[in-house]
Amino acid sequence: MTVLVLAEHDLGHLSPATARIVAAAEQLGTVDVLVAGHDVSGVAAEASEIAGVARVLVADSDALAALAPDALVGLLLPLSERYTHIVAAAAATGRDAIPRLAAKLDLMPVTDVIAIHGPGRFDRPIYAGNAIETVSSGQPKQLLTIRASAFRPAATGNAAPIEPLLPTVGTVTKFLADYRTEGDLPDLGTAQIVVAGGVSFGSAEKFALVADLAKALGAAVGATRAAVDAGYAPNDWQVGQTGKIVAPDLYIGIGVSGALQHLAGIQGAKKIIAINKDPEAPLMKIADYALVGDLFEIVPALIEALKR
Amino acid sequence: MKILVAVKRVIDHAVRVRVKPDGSGVETANVRMSMNPFDKHAVEAAVQLVEAGAATEIVVVSIGPKQSTDVILTAMAMGGHRGILIETEARVETLAVAKLLRAVVAEEAPDLVLLGKQAVDDDSNQVGQMLAGLLDWPQATFASEITVVDGGLEVTREVDYGRATVSVPLPAIVTADLRLNEPRNAALPMVMKARSKPLAVRPVAEFGVDVTPRLTIEKVSPPAERPGGKLVGSADELIAALKGELSELEAL
Ligand SMILES: Cc1cc2nc3c(=O)[nH]c(=O)nc-3n(C[C@H](O)[C@H](O)[C@H](O)COP(=O)(O)OP(=O)(O)OC[C@H]3O[C@@H](n4cnc5c(N)ncnc54)[C@H](O)[C@@H]3O)c2cc1C
Repeated sequence: MTVLVLAEHDLGHLSPATARIVAAAEQLGTVDVLVAGHDVSGVAAEASEIAGVARVLVADSDALAALAPDALVGLLLPLSERYTHIVAAAAATGRDAIPRLAAKLDLMPVTDVIAIHGPGRFDRPIYAGNAIETVSSGQPKQLLTIRASAFRPAATGNAAPIEPLLPTVGTVTKFLADYRTEGDLPDLGTAQIVVAGGVSFGSAEKFALVADLAKALGAAVGATRAAVDAGYAPNDWQVGQTGKIVAPDLYIGIGVSGALQHLAGIQGAKKIIAINKDPEAPLMKIADYALVGDLFEIVPALIEALKR
Repeated sequence: MKILVAVKRVIDHAVRVRVKPDGSGVETANVRMSMNPFDKHAVEAAVQLVEAGAATEIVVVSIGPKQSTDVILTAMAMGGHRGILIETEARVETLAVAKLLRAVVAEEAPDLVLLGKQAVDDDSNQVGQMLAGLLDWPQATFASEITVVDGGLEVTREVDYGRATVSVPLPAIVTADLRLNEPRNAALPMVMKARSKPLAVRPVAEFGVDVTPRLTIEKVSPPAERPGGKLVGSADELIAALKGELSELEAL
């Protein structure tokens, strides 16, 4: 069994998800990592340090700079011949490319894998995580996206050989602009602590309380869809069925009702703290510690106490 | 511009689904069904393109049982012009759905296919990308904004780091995210009018696509239960609990 893992990276750095995908992929066979992009030698060097990686393949090309799915699939198609499994994180790049590649290979992909039971047997959540489907595939090749949050990261300390490829791919997709959320907060998808806020903060200014508490804890910031829709938080902070999936050791939900679509994103959280003025809110019902009260009083008190 | 919009009938997003005790699936008897929420945004985007004069015709297609005409009617009440139901009672996997849609694209020759980015039943997030692959068309997934610019589209996509704007030539595939627009609720006269719009119900066999599933669903299980919640009495108590958790994390 040979596995090709598509590396996730941004701004010249490997995403923390990749070490987790490698750890998951090791259950399937020998792991090669593919780093596709433009000016990605730094990313390749980071990937070669991940324990369990046999080789790092680097495809460096202008056409791959924005990881347009047509270019990426053009790269993956010939490479896929050599592998029994093609695997990516269930994140924007992998979600975009893996199904497209699958269709080209006339294969059914399995996306959002949360458990691997064998070379062709996987668990994946359906209905916003309210049910878990166990599927088996007798197909000759498996195309997967894997939820990084469901796996522990592989160790570092490796020095896998780095082999350049000579990609000849093109794309009709033109990259025009990006809008990034600036900040030095930890990666939401793999953070150990997540502090999330809901729409009840009432404004972007007041939502900053969430970030203040997160900073005091070294945590990542999450938000509900309602908070994002209202413009209090950027879209990449959204946690849930249609946002990011998190599995921190500690999740703190403040003024978050706990709609099923939000809970879909936090099922892997080990401990949950909820702060809400409504004791009947669904998140309060499942929290390990639930405090009834006004968030505008409680959150500043928490920040004060943590500074002490 | 001619637009094809694909819509799916699913268990309503507000229903808390129950796994059947025998593990064969989820309970669907007497459960409220409706149009997949993401598809509503796709339909709304198509209607807005017509209203802006950028498109002239919207063909709505669904694949599923007879009752799926309901969601096609909803889409036509919102502004779709014609409907096609590819009727089947069987479980149709995303790959087969994409192949059926490719057959419809071959018949209808649309310039743009709009779909929801995922369906809230199987949460697959695959069909748009697969259709784009089968057709060798560009794709712009997870769209939160679509603008028509001479012969192509500029699409803003929701991605992991925020948003990215790309341009793609037509024909193209776009999948809708929830912030793309506010889907309208069709007024009663529009609902009545939709009933007189053409809706072709065609058996799946007509399309010559092998829909035999590739994956076996061995079982469907409920997620792990969380132990019930515990109320703490005061902010001080919460702070103590939080500090306890933090020191445990540090010990790891
Ligand atoms: C297809 C679909 C996909 C979706 N995907 C997602 C997703 O990925 N992520 C997501 O989060 N949502 C998602 N949603 C939306 C979801 O259904 C909820 O609407 C949303 O999560 C609610 O956000 P909220 O908790 O901020 O707001 P609300 O549900 O309005 O809750 C606000 C909470 O704040 C509490 N509150 C108010 N004032 C105070 C105060 N002063 N102090 C303390 N507590 C207070 C209230 O008691 C209430 O519990 C999706 C919906 C659909 C239909």
